[in-house]
Amino acid sequence: MIAPASGGNDRGPAAPEPRPGDPEITPELVADHGLSPEEYERIVGHLGRTPTFTELGVFSAMWSEHCGYKNSKRLLRLLPTEAPWVIQGPGENAGVIDIGDGYALAFKIESHNHPSAVEPYQGAATGIGGILRDVFTMGARPVAVLDSLHFGDLDSSRVRYLFDGVVRGAGDYGNCVGIPNLGGEAYFDRGYEGNPIINVMCLGIMKREQLIRGEARGDGNTLMAVGARTGRDGIHGATFASEELGEDSDASRPQVQVGDPFTEKLLLEASLELIGSGHIVGIQDMGAAGITSSASEMAGRSGSGVAIDTALVPVREPGMTPYEILLSESQERMMVVVHKGREQEVRRILAKWELEAAEVGRVTSDGRFRILEDGRTVADIPALPLTEGCPTYEREGIEGEEVRALREMDLTPYAGGEGDRTADFLRLLTSPNLASRRWIHDQYDTTVRTASVIQPGGNAGVLRVRGTPRGIAVTTDCSGRYTYLEPGTGARIAVAEAARNLACTGALPMAVTNNLNFGNPLKPHIYYQLREAVLGMVEACALFETPVTGGNVSLYNETSGTPIYPTPVIGMVGIIEDLERVTRHAFQDEGDVIVLLGRNTDELGASEYLYAMHDIVGGRPPRVDLLAERVLQQALLAMIGEGLLRSAHDCSEGGLACALAESALREGEDPVGIHVRLADPLPSTALLFGEAQGRVVVSCDPACLDRVRRLADRYGVPWREIGTVGAIGGGFVVESADARIEADIREVSAVYFEALPERMDTQ
Amino acid sequence: MRAVVVTFPGSNCDYDCLQVLRKVMGIDTSFIWHRERELGDPDLVVLPGGFSYGDYLRAGAIARFSPIVEAVKRYAGRGGIVLGICNGFQILCEAGLLPGALRRNDSLKFRSLDAHVRVETTDTAFTRAYRRGQVLRIPIAHAEGNYIADPATLERLEADGRVVFRYTTREGARGEGGNPNGSANDIAGIVNAAGNVLGLMPHPERAAEGVLGSTDGLGMFESLVAHCARERVA
Repeated sequence: MIAPASGGNDRGPAAPEPRPGDPEITPELVADHGLSPEEYERIVGHLGRTPTFTELGVFSAMWSEHCGYKNSKRLLRLLPTEAPWVIQGPGENAGVIDIGDGYALAFKIESHNHPSAVEPYQGAATGIGGILRDVFTMGARPVAVLDSLHFGDLDSSRVRYLFDGVVRGAGDYGNCVGIPNLGGEAYFDRGYEGNPIINVMCLGIMKREQLIRGEARGDGNTLMAVGARTGRDGIHGATFASEELGEDSDASRPQVQVGDPFTEKLLLEASLELIGSGHIVGIQDMGAAGITSSASEMAGRSGSGVAIDTALVPVREPGMTPYEILLSESQERMMVVVHKGREQEVRRILAKWELEAAEVGRVTSDGRFRILEDGRTVADIPALPLTEGCPTYEREGIEGEEVRALREMDLTPYAGGEGDRTADFLRLLTSPNLASRRWIHDQYDTTVRTASVIQPGGNAGVLRVRGTPRGIAVTTDCSGRYTYLEPGTGARIAVAEAARNLACTGALPMAVTNNLNFGNPLKPHIYYQLREAVLGMVEACALFETPVTGGNVSLYNETSGTPIYPTPVIGMVGIIEDLERVTRHAFQDEGDVIVLLGRNTDELGASEYLYAMHDIVGGRPPRVDLLAERVLQQALLAMIGEGLLRSAHDCSEGGLACALAESALREGEDPVGIHVRLADPLPSTALLFGEAQGRVVVSCDPACLDRVRRLADRYGVPWREIGTVGAIGGGFVVESADARIEADIREVSAVYFEALPERMDTQ
Repeated sequence: MRAVVVTFPGSNCDYDCLQVLRKVMGIDTSFIWHRERELGDPDLVVLPGGFSYGDYLRAGAIARFSPIVEAVKRYAGRGGIVLGICNGFQILCEAGLLPGALRRNDSLKFRSLDAHVRVETTDTAFTRAYRRGQVLRIPIAHAEGNYIADPATLERLEADGRVVFRYTTREGARGEGGNPNGSANDIAGIVNAAGNVLGLMPHPERAAEGVLGSTDGLGMFESLVAHCARERVA
């Protein structure tokens, strides 16, 4: 024993006694639970005695990084979270914003990095399952999912295995439940070799009055466990997700849960019916840390308590201990708080959907998280310290030497000079970071629910909102390479690029959900990345007036001590007021004028060109002028609002040449040729492939060009007429003073569309 | 005209079908839960897409034991119009209302894309509003759409003109690139001998509004409305 047990606890029933067979609480056991000696002392202080083994497990889960945000909370508090249209900010299952006409949009992003690293199919599948539940437990019907994926280099067979498994897993689950995938991103870079980043986002739509929160109010109301039975899978998943991966992580496979999308679909329908029925007070997914987190968080939010008897929880196998039942992360389970006396009505609804339900406890007024086993108390913890009392830390943050050196690398040898830019261009397009993502989206149902206006492959996904003239646009963005080389800049670019992607469809950016994927925050160079990235995000989200309504933090993304690139993924939603005006990235008609909004500048650092052609991760990421970016987007929205544009597409990875190619290739239509002349006096590689920010390629009918120019001038946005759209199947020509790309568009098309299938299906 | 959309646990295109029938076509349409034993007396029964019972065991293999399927069989036996889309097609095959079976796609992957299907016959209640040989762009989204039947059945289907839709290229040609799942004879949809039960893998309900990019699926619903109007007069 490392702390003396205090004799008595005179609050409520008898203090919990250790169960027969419980291990003794030793410093080693405490450390195995991911708790520091100081944190343990604090637990003893809250309890007034030594915790039981069960209580230690409960604290370990709730005070893990995953549930307690102990190393990130102080930074997250700096993020802007409010705006008149925000209905629900951080702290709930999902954020919610007002989208007009009495409708609200719930949305959230979440990571499933650790499970996917050891079991990609189930890791990704259960990631989708969890994020759907976060959205429908708010009362919203899920209408779309997106996935932001970052993997190591595709040359590795292990990476191809992970990528294939993740896409199949995410696809099979979402397809079965019937939620369209509207996009996301897939990046490949050796910075993610052993530790892929799998972030999934879900959006749901509801009538405002259907909003329900994860609350456990009302003394005597009944707690029901609904859905799948509780098994021994995923025990301590939250703690697992808060550790580094190592050589032996494959042995952690039992901590990965197994998904059942059919049960999920039934849970979805039943939950929405329950919420509509008025019989329930609150509902929450039993996600990370299972019953422990769902019950204690619901109590914590409401200032109430809960009493649960684990003997009443339906289990998959006999002999499960309270410790196991409380910490199991078996999938497709919900905790529902039912108005006392309405249990039968609730059972009737659940029976229609062929779901099991059990009354496992009740809401109390004593503010305690009390667990019984067959009537005998095994855990008795004050609820508020459990959910809110997790100690938070501000760590030391110092930039790593290595990164500074990489950033200051001399890039002049790669800027311009002699070279066959056509060959460079075609080779660049085969990079899995630039080639068509069709291989992925082919495996995702993108059209179910008959609301997908822009499917994956464009600037952003666009959905119609039935019963209104409006649309929702959504995107996820993050370049880990930028963030690695300069975290603050990378995060600012992620926000700016997400907003730019939305604006290109005609959407006004409204709000953000973020997923902070980083390494071990106890290392000063990692905490530096985390701090700088959050500060960058604070600045950019404030400037774009896109408050952060929630999200997820995933730390300890390291394999055998090597951290991932810092990857703060931005999921952003926007509103298109009039869907008639929705704008796509593809060029439309021969003879249309191509105009560049924004300015070409000398930026080659951190580019895909350097990585794909020269195997270099280095240089300074492109500068980003947030104010200029905002004005550019406002001008773009004004042009779209006046119906002046035939297409709009943002310049990002691969630079101007690749942006032009994407618009000419027209995913799903016959490709068109283009003829573009660039006059900027820049080194040719930077001009063609550099990733200068704040640029959008638009096209318009020649008759509209004057109005486009006038609007650009009025907003003070630099613009230049750079070329014209050619015929279907024509030549792809981009020329500057000292360089020229010229290729048959069908050849460009073959390279672009076949690169990923060739890597994945033939190796 | 009245239509019902049968919903099984795991159906997920039920709302989409309801939406098109009710809002786009103006047909009086309601859902009917799989545990019901009677259909009422509709003019059209739709078995929608999805993953009934999670497609566990085999697509459609469990759904065919639902009580409502017996009612659908009786209704079809009386000549009632039945449309099975995607999972609905799979259930019709499992229930013996259509011949053949739908196996896993030859790529062994789920495939979601805009398929091109050619209208092979306009001599059905489902296709009169189309032109023969017309190429439609309609989304598919399935893992098990690879149609197979024994050679004699295939021959009979072809000889009787019961292959209603066939996968082709955008230009309407058979062969390389058109067939997304390995279906025998590029079959995308077939009709029963009596001509009142049709199953197809593509989703016409997803191609019935301009905002979604294609209205090529509308012809099927227009054909059905016209057919039912004629039946009522007759």
